[in-house]
Amino acid sequence: MNRFAEFLDRLAYEPGRNNKLRLITGYFREVGDPDRGYALAALTGALSFKHAKPALIRDLIAARTDEVLFGLSYDYVGDLSETVALMWPRAALAGHNNPPPPSLTEVVSTLRTLGKTELPKQLERWLDELDETGRWALLKLVTGALRIGISARLAKTAAAALGDKDPHEVELIWPGLAPPYLDLFAWLEGRADKPVNRDPAPFRPVMLAHAIEDTDFAALDPADYIAEWKWDGIRVQAVAGRDDRGHITARLYSRTGEDITGSFPDLVPSLHLPGAIDGELLILREGRVQSFNVLQQRLNRKVVSPKLIKEFPIHLRAYDLLGDDENDLRELPFVERRERLETFIEKLSDPRIDLSPTVPFASWEALTAARADPASAGAGEDADAVEGVMLKRRDAPYLPGRPKGQWWKWKRDPHIIDAVLMYAQRGHGKRSSYYSDYTFGVWTAGEGGDELVPVGKAYFGFTDEELLQIDRFVRRNTTEKFGPVRHVVHEPDQGLVLEVAFEGLQRSPRHKSGVAMRFPRISRLRWDKPPKEADRLETLERMLKAEPAEVEV
Amino acid sequence: MARRDGNAAYISGMRPQDILLPAAAGLCCKPGGFHIDPVRPVERAVITHGHSDHARAGHGAVLATQETLDMMRLRYGENFAGSTQAIRYGEEIRLGDVKVKFHPAGHVLGSAQIAVTCKDTCIVASGDYKDAPDPTCTPFELVRCDVFITEATFGLPVFRHGDAADEVKKLLASVALFPERAHLVGAYSLGKAQRVIALLRQAGYDAPIYLHGAMETITHYYQSRGIALGELRPVKGVKKAALAGTITLAPPSATSDLWTRRFPDPVTAFASGWMRVRARARQRGVELPLVISDHADWDGLTATIGATGAGEIWVTHGQEDALVHWCRSKGLRAQPLDLVGYGDEEESEAPIAGEAEA
Repeated sequence: MNRFAEFLDRLAYEPGRNNKLRLITGYFREVGDPDRGYALAALTGALSFKHAKPALIRDLIAARTDEVLFGLSYDYVGDLSETVALMWPRAALAGHNNPPPPSLTEVVSTLRTLGKTELPKQLERWLDELDETGRWALLKLVTGALRIGISARLAKTAAAALGDKDPHEVELIWPGLAPPYLDLFAWLEGRADKPVNRDPAPFRPVMLAHAIEDTDFAALDPADYIAEWKWDGIRVQAVAGRDDRGHITARLYSRTGEDITGSFPDLVPSLHLPGAIDGELLILREGRVQSFNVLQQRLNRKVVSPKLIKEFPIHLRAYDLLGDDENDLRELPFVERRERLETFIEKLSDPRIDLSPTVPFASWEALTAARADPASAGAGEDADAVEGVMLKRRDAPYLPGRPKGQWWKWKRDPHIIDAVLMYAQRGHGKRSSYYSDYTFGVWTAGEGGDELVPVGKAYFGFTDEELLQIDRFVRRNTTEKFGPVRHVVHEPDQGLVLEVAFEGLQRSPRHKSGVAMRFPRISRLRWDKPPKEADRLETLERMLKAEPAEVEV
Repeated sequence: MARRDGNAAYISGMRPQDILLPAAAGLCCKPGGFHIDPVRPVERAVITHGHSDHARAGHGAVLATQETLDMMRLRYGENFAGSTQAIRYGEEIRLGDVKVKFHPAGHVLGSAQIAVTCKDTCIVASGDYKDAPDPTCTPFELVRCDVFITEATFGLPVFRHGDAADEVKKLLASVALFPERAHLVGAYSLGKAQRVIALLRQAGYDAPIYLHGAMETITHYYQSRGIALGELRPVKGVKKAALAGTITLAPPSATSDLWTRRFPDPVTAFASGWMRVRARARQRGVELPLVISDHADWDGLTATIGATGAGEIWVTHGQEDALVHWCRSKGLRAQPLDLVGYGDEEESEAPIAGEAEA
């Protein structure tokens, strides 16, 4: 456990993706079975046991420390698990007959079988045996709140790297594996054959599109491609299959292979035919697709209440079929898969699942027009939820990853405003010596005339060269410093205007300006423009009126 | 035996606060005619150690250990005081109506606790201290007294520092894991940096260690006092590629500045007792926190307070509330001393541009 804790601790501080991978792979290489398997399970969220409540942890510490000292310490540290881990008094019976600290395997397997009433005593024993970092990791583990910024996908990628395998291969067999993954590690280390996925509803690695550039069109023949609307929802894979006894199992996966079935129980009954659909998750109200803002209110909820299900009815819009009953369709050209998909959806005949229509076009000019005005090109009332068009080669098989020249995404042009740089903050990791996070604002009428009100924050979109220029500007034009934040000069005639591109706007009571941007990034530096000529808040408010109204839950 | 319960002072009619009293300039000893670690220029200053918040320039006469005087000279120049007098550990001298004796504080090279005795009452002003082993300075000496003045930098039970050697192992493991990256260790330039270097040598690391310009003067002074630090090189002028796999010591403020761009994909470490708390480390953008402290941790503070036999405890800078509360819960008289101008030197260390040695 102490080794695992040390590993988690280091991982939690490491900002770089590649370095995180190195740390995880290094741990898998160094630590044997079954500990490393349970570590992989912890990182992928695959451990299952009843979590301890914070109140239990509080009771344990209250019984052995002074209340005032605990209060002052908790105030200072700000995290319950960490406070308890740090101030847990050394065991009274220190000496040579101390039991060795528990291994991760011991902790995980004990927690799985332990009765609720036995938990406090067991936790106490472990806390006595572990060091500070060990106690911290234990408490994070038992309260079910690791939160160290590692995705399941990253952990699997690190495991794949142990055997120089493609992460997709691990992803493919993953649903059939269980902690501590002895068969997986045996295969990765070349000691055994690849484990077979016996899952009746496995995930298939998804195919992704490249963003198309204006210069790409010249080399492309419109006749080779089929166009569809690009929906502003969530890409999912809906899989149903028969288990050994012939019962249907249905699962919903995110595009990275995360099982998200639990968040959308209302869609499961609709997946009653064996097959694998690639499509977009949307919210439909009275047959009309709602904006992403609405969908967002249904996401990341701990509890999916009947009220939530009723007010945010989920819908699957299908655009590809990867499996039809027992048949793997992925080798077939897209046109044929599309035909099979149409038949499949018809057979399914379910109001929650429909077909994403194709957009007919004969030339790039015609498609350009359709993209500019989806409403009159077939999207009708759903046009607000269209964020561009997809181009798919008729003859393309379904290939994992982002193969060149097969699928293209052609997004609608982003919204653009000119805003004024107000505050700058240092970045993280590689960027920790640069001011790379920017808060920008637009003009609005204040009590003493026009003033700038912050409307967003962006930390990408600029080139490395532009980053150097902004960094230099920030350092030379700082008016005040607050810790890592610099207040940058922003007067009508003095300051830096940033052209900000963004995908959408939302009303937000949490922001002073009342609006929040979606996916804002710096698209250009307007050294030529004096701040007084930057945009006004009214411009944003007008755009907001065009967006569909938000519904409170 | 009377000293043990701290009542001697009251029996003889002399109250401790008649001997030492907080004043605007610092802790003032009226019967001795001096201030301890004054923050403003005074006529006579008695100084515990060389950190800039305790040892300031501009006093009339300064009494301190030879090392502290030397460090002040290095930092402020030859004329940092009207006159100076060096005192050894264990040496006692009379100032006015009191006797003053210096004892090792184990904080940094030359750091001292100052025992002030007037009639039968002994007060120890410990300055900053630690009771943990440190290869670069004389170990802390416990001094029995009636009133003990303690710091409280890490005066919360969450601060327990563990073995510094284990932290250095963490650093070396990271260097082994990332041989193509440079490791930058933020460490206060007086004391902490030299201790980290000495610990690295103890752990068997014998490659050259690189130094930020602001580290050089004090580090060379440590070497001149016979402290073995191995081969040290200035980092200035070294090519970026050549710094892969190396360790460089720098003032904390430099590790997040423009200066770091000369290193290949640097791993930012920070050696400090504050690193015990994750939020603190994250706030500074530290990737490799090393819990190495020059101050006593909670267990050290409470064990020391108990062992001095003092019946009355005055708590200076840091987390006074918690430590005063602890003392009272143990039946000791305790009060916070409101002294201003002392802080954690790591937090207050001037940016590179302001460093005299840079």
